[in-house]
Amino acid sequence: MAEISYRQAVRDAMREEMLRDPRVILMGESITGYGGSYAVTKGLIDEFGPRRVMETPIAEAGIVGFAVGAAMGGLIPVAELMTVNFALLALDQVVNSAAKFHYMFGGQWSVPLVVRTVSGFGQLGPTHSQSFEGWFASVPGLKVVMPATPADAKGLLLAAIRDPDPVIFIEHSLLYSTRGEVPISAPGDGEVPIGQAKVVREGSDVTLVGYSRMLLQALHAAEVLEREDGISCEVVDLRTLRPLDYPTVVNSVRRTHRLVLCGEDWRTGGFGASLLSEMHDRCFDDLDAPIQRVAMRDIPLPYSRELEKLLIPSSEDIVTSVRRLS
Amino acid sequence: MYRRMVQIRHFEEHAAEAYAQAKVGGFLHLYIGEEAVAVGAIAAVREEDHVLGHYRDHGYALAKGCDPQACMAELFGRETGLCHGRGGSMHLAEASRHYWGGYAIVGSHIPIGAGMAYAMQYLEQPEVVLDFFGDGATGNGIFHEGLNMAALWNLPVVFICENNLYGMGATLAEESPVRDMIIKAEGYTMPSVQCDGMDVLSVYEAVQKAAAHCRSGRGPYFVEALTYRFRGHSMADPELYRDKDEVTRWKALDPIPKFGEFCVEHRISSEQELAQVKEEVEAEMLEAVRFADQSPWPDPATVDQWIYANPIDPEAIAAEPGQQSQAEG
Repeated sequence: MAEISYRQAVRDAMREEMLRDPRVILMGESITGYGGSYAVTKGLIDEFGPRRVMETPIAEAGIVGFAVGAAMGGLIPVAELMTVNFALLALDQVVNSAAKFHYMFGGQWSVPLVVRTVSGFGQLGPTHSQSFEGWFASVPGLKVVMPATPADAKGLLLAAIRDPDPVIFIEHSLLYSTRGEVPISAPGDGEVPIGQAKVVREGSDVTLVGYSRMLLQALHAAEVLEREDGISCEVVDLRTLRPLDYPTVVNSVRRTHRLVLCGEDWRTGGFGASLLSEMHDRCFDDLDAPIQRVAMRDIPLPYSRELEKLLIPSSEDIVTSVRRLS
Repeated sequence: MYRRMVQIRHFEEHAAEAYAQAKVGGFLHLYIGEEAVAVGAIAAVREEDHVLGHYRDHGYALAKGCDPQACMAELFGRETGLCHGRGGSMHLAEASRHYWGGYAIVGSHIPIGAGMAYAMQYLEQPEVVLDFFGDGATGNGIFHEGLNMAALWNLPVVFICENNLYGMGATLAEESPVRDMIIKAEGYTMPSVQCDGMDVLSVYEAVQKAAAHCRSGRGPYFVEALTYRFRGHSMADPELYRDKDEVTRWKALDPIPKFGEFCVEHRISSEQELAQVKEEVEAEMLEAVRFADQSPWPDPATVDQWIYANPIDPEAIAAEPGQQSQAEG
């Protein structure tokens, strides 16, 4: 094991897969000399050269369309879209191309493509501070991954690159500098399977479900609740939003009988809305209280620090939701 | 090439008839009038070269040698269809023939073709890509993104713009500041040529030259084929946006009799032989319709097949012994 940053974990996964398989290529905006907007691809151009680390024009739809074609031609592209906000420009290629071809052409070929992108905020203003995982997760044909820890970032990206289907891999800008233990016994080790949630803290009174940054908020809330209220929280990290590991969440609720869903996207139509509906169907009889949701209020995230602070879902919001249950 | 054009014409006439009988549903876009473009272009390159087309795609499939029975069955939505009834008229494809399909979001396959050409270049394979689209697609940003990348990275892709003067119901003058689409390629320093899309030999010659350019490593090429669709945009089109005289004038340029006359004149085929081709093709297409009509519907149990190449079912994983502890690990 070694303690490395989330950023390093993502970079290591790409590098190790590129060393293992010459078909793996990277493409994206300012990912070569600049090293990527969040410095994730830094240095890779020196090691692999411009044929494998492709500097692209600022053309998100073109990047993903091109990557889909490269995948059909026998390569394994990892396309970086600078942020999830810009990924909207590529939504057509993700939804109508990458997600459809295997089904629509009767299973004749698949699209082994990874689209890496980033959620997050930090006084970036209304167009640069959004979360759209719910949109991607609503599309059959896509796999959607949102790791919270360095070990999962590396392990899930290894799995994503090795997977024959298109995977949307959403990182979080506020997690890049977080650190954690990552197994490094050999290059390419430590794959984390797509589609498996994980109970990261055991508890008996309430289940907190989170992913990405909200997983860390949920863990913090669990500590506060244990210390101040004596409430024992079980915390589940979804890790993959599609296909979603319902059994792990359901099993947890069967033990705790209370459920709080923690997300960063908007309340209306956000990922938590569909998760809540499904959990209602799957374990209504196991619940002792209504399912609670922590989500962004339906307001564009403003620039001003003091206004932004009002809206960002936090561990305090989770604590409040749990207290409401008891 | 004559036989291929006749195949497309007869295939589509039967498809239109089946549509009128509600045996074909959804949208049906006919290529009638434009046959020389697909046939001339695809005949000019190698069998292993890659082809991507747009939603008016029956012509590419047949020109690439796809079985008319499987194509017709796809239109009928049957299990025996090229894509087992999942795609329909707009999404015929046969990867084993390197026919990668009809794409129905206008322009979306332009960067896809460029990406595939990059894979050929990267893997040092000799194939080139033919990427067909219409004049209407050139107004979309994705056209420019795709051409920009193809030119920037010197990729072996021939962009073939079928300029049929209409983007659905919009005239060229309404949708583009320039009449000649090759002008749009110039901004990307892409060599280009205009050809007569009603003349299969003119298309053949242009694409042969373009493909040779690509194969020699000199980058992409842009071919504009001036053509016309004799039928409406789709079966639902009342054609209020163009006048009957214009349609009549273009019909006089029908590429099939034109090439037939050429063949007779140059003693390549006799009139009897051409008539014989038509008879054989007609019998072939009647058989295709019969085959499609008698083919089974897809099995309802397979409706969720092929969503993923590697389906992952968390329920099944959870049910496996020993998995519970791992999930909690």
